[in-house]
Amino acid sequence: MNPAFILIIVFLPLLAAIVGGLGNRALGNTAVKVITTGALFVSCALSWPIFLSFVAGDATATVVPVLQWVQSGDLSFDWALRVDALTAVMLVVINSVSALVHLYSWGYMDEDPDQPRFFAYLSLFTFAMLMLVTADNLIQMFFGWEGVGLASYLLIGFWFRKPTANAAAIKAFVVNRVGDMGFMLGIFGTFLVFGTVSIPEILAAAPSMSGATIGFLGYRMHTMDILCILLFIGAMGKSAQLGLHTWLPDAMEGPTPVSALIHAATMVTAGVFMVCRLSPMFETAPIALGMVTFVGAATCLFAATVATTQWDIKRVIAYSTCSQLGYMFFAVGVGAYGAAMFHLFTHAFFKALLFLGAGSVIHAMHHEQDMRYYGGLRQKIPITFWAMLIGTLAITGVGIYWLGAGFAGFHSKDAILEVAFARGTELGQFAFWVGVFSALLTSFYSWRLMFLTFWGKPRWIESEHIQHSVHKTPEEAGADTTGGYHPHESPPSMLVPLALLSTGAVFAGWAFSHAFLDSAEFWGGSIFYNENLIHAMHEVPLLVKLSASIVMLLGLFIAYMAYIRDTSIPGKFVEQFRNLHSFLYNKWYFDELYNLIFVRPAFWFGRKLWKIGDEGIIDRFGPNGAAWLVLKGTGAAKKLQSGYLTSYALIMLLGLIAAVTWVLM
Amino acid sequence: MIGIEHYIVVSATLFVLGVLGIFLNRKNIIVILMAIELILLSVNINLVAFSAFLGDLTGQVFAMFVLTVAAGEAAIGLAILVIYFRGRGTIAVDDVNRMKG
Repeated sequence: MNPAFILIIVFLPLLAAIVGGLGNRALGNTAVKVITTGALFVSCALSWPIFLSFVAGDATATVVPVLQWVQSGDLSFDWALRVDALTAVMLVVINSVSALVHLYSWGYMDEDPDQPRFFAYLSLFTFAMLMLVTADNLIQMFFGWEGVGLASYLLIGFWFRKPTANAAAIKAFVVNRVGDMGFMLGIFGTFLVFGTVSIPEILAAAPSMSGATIGFLGYRMHTMDILCILLFIGAMGKSAQLGLHTWLPDAMEGPTPVSALIHAATMVTAGVFMVCRLSPMFETAPIALGMVTFVGAATCLFAATVATTQWDIKRVIAYSTCSQLGYMFFAVGVGAYGAAMFHLFTHAFFKALLFLGAGSVIHAMHHEQDMRYYGGLRQKIPITFWAMLIGTLAITGVGIYWLGAGFAGFHSKDAILEVAFARGTELGQFAFWVGVFSALLTSFYSWRLMFLTFWGKPRWIESEHIQHSVHKTPEEAGADTTGGYHPHESPPSMLVPLALLSTGAVFAGWAFSHAFLDSAEFWGGSIFYNENLIHAMHEVPLLVKLSASIVMLLGLFIAYMAYIRDTSIPGKFVEQFRNLHSFLYNKWYFDELYNLIFVRPAFWFGRKLWKIGDEGIIDRFGPNGAAWLVLKGTGAAKKLQSGYLTSYALIMLLGLIAAVTWVLM
Repeated sequence: MIGIEHYIVVSATLFVLGVLGIFLNRKNIIVILMAIELILLSVNINLVAFSAFLGDLTGQVFAMFVLTVAAGEAAIGLAILVIYFRGRGTIAVDDVNRMKG
């Protein structure tokens, strides 16, 4: 690996972001778009050879020093770019999806007045994400971690004139802060225990610390468990795991390319990446791993159940992302880091594909996002339809076991389920059953999305966006439920990324399954590789191996019955299980609960501090008090200066007398 | 026999009259100028009296200086007053208060 190439991969997006962001209107839309997109394609083109040489097995981990960073007492670390197999996987994922999203945005953001800003943010995000994955020490990782958080905030709130977008951006930032608090405490604790923040040194020292205990909150606890749980809390925030997931669905307020890049393919997987990067450390912390498994499985189930009831096409996919991240985490929790990374890799392709496909549908439907107003779009936007179909086949894990071939999700999701079963622990069993049930729900909501969008009769005229476009009310349109609206297929700049991602969604699983799952040489020590577990994974009963495919067909069947054969079924179901439906439809009332427990008390507390602390004490005795004193003082002093000569003369005389008296005394 | 005390008493009386003339006067700025003259004259009496009694001519020389300065001061003061009267139409002390804070 040429170190210069690594530097180019990482810093070219930063350069593009700076040039594009500062150049902004001076350079103009086209120039900025060419610069940023070009930079990303160069980075992408340089990343693939690195990844492929790792797959071929003739590359070793490289560390490229950039500069000396901090030398302060015991704390000393340098800024260096570490590229090993794990990073190489992330490099191709980030750069490929980012380059395609840049290209896609040419079409999607075509009518936006602030395009240079958008593209500069996208490139900035890519740089921050690359910093995160090439981190050689925890501080550098934290820098990237916060950088992607910032870029995510900026991009969710990109349409800053929309109040909901601003609220969503703030929510994402605040919820992530909660997780970051855990991550920071984890880093501090790691430095306290190991005396270094360098990742290789920590991982080398971790096994010897497995029995150590530390006093924490008045208890004796296993040091490694505490550290790993704190670090995992950071991962939960960034990867939207149950409890800290509430920001992700709201983040869909941002433009769709952003959802595809940040909130599906790359940033939200940072948590999984971090746990994999620190896998030797997590291996010494069984309680923390148990927590990872449980939280992952719970998220997987939670998000999948919620996704079945949502109407907004982007929210369905957002909850789906949340659920798939749950799969990755419980894979990590049972010790199958390779399988987790494999699912991360395949998921990036098919989820970005689904998001960009959804963006294309939204583009065609005049910015309508509600699936209730879609229907029958199959013939109108055929290329988007095929792309979405491939994405759906990939996420539901369609494949034929006996041929060993299938779409991307078939290889990765099945591997995760098998490995959870093969683990043999109770938590592993729990995760397996939850995973299988979630796979059923995944299949159901994915096909529900497809059937509602592309099959059935058009229901377009019910949509306010469409009414606005064709200047008709549903009554005026009468029997013609299209309202005379003509959905238009997206421009080539949007279709090319769809086509390329479709290729990834079809072949990424099949092509790289061996390297990710079975090859310790591929990983080359960059993650903890459990040989026995992988052997056990291949030995699981046939029924376990087929479980995902069986529930996939079951989910497809249910969705087909409910949304094509007899469309009255969903209504009857909701009627029958009204409470269950509103529980799921309102996302398990998490937002309401958090409003009650955290948001309202925080507002109350803040208002008290403002009214009593700030206005009542600080302002009253501080600036306002000083100003009041000066005003009164000058009011009194003003009276002395009457302007009358005689009074001046009198004062002068009195002064003189006083002075003379003073001298004589 | 007229001693130095008499001179000092006269001088002090004149001085106090002059001072009172400045700040008890609410009518006319010319009166203030006259009061200042009075103060200067009281000082002159003092100077000359001490000069005579101590046999030192310096005091009388100083008195001449004071007279000169007093003449110049009166000229400038009156000139300012004339200009001021042209501008404001009054030189009543109560109306001359533009420097009020």
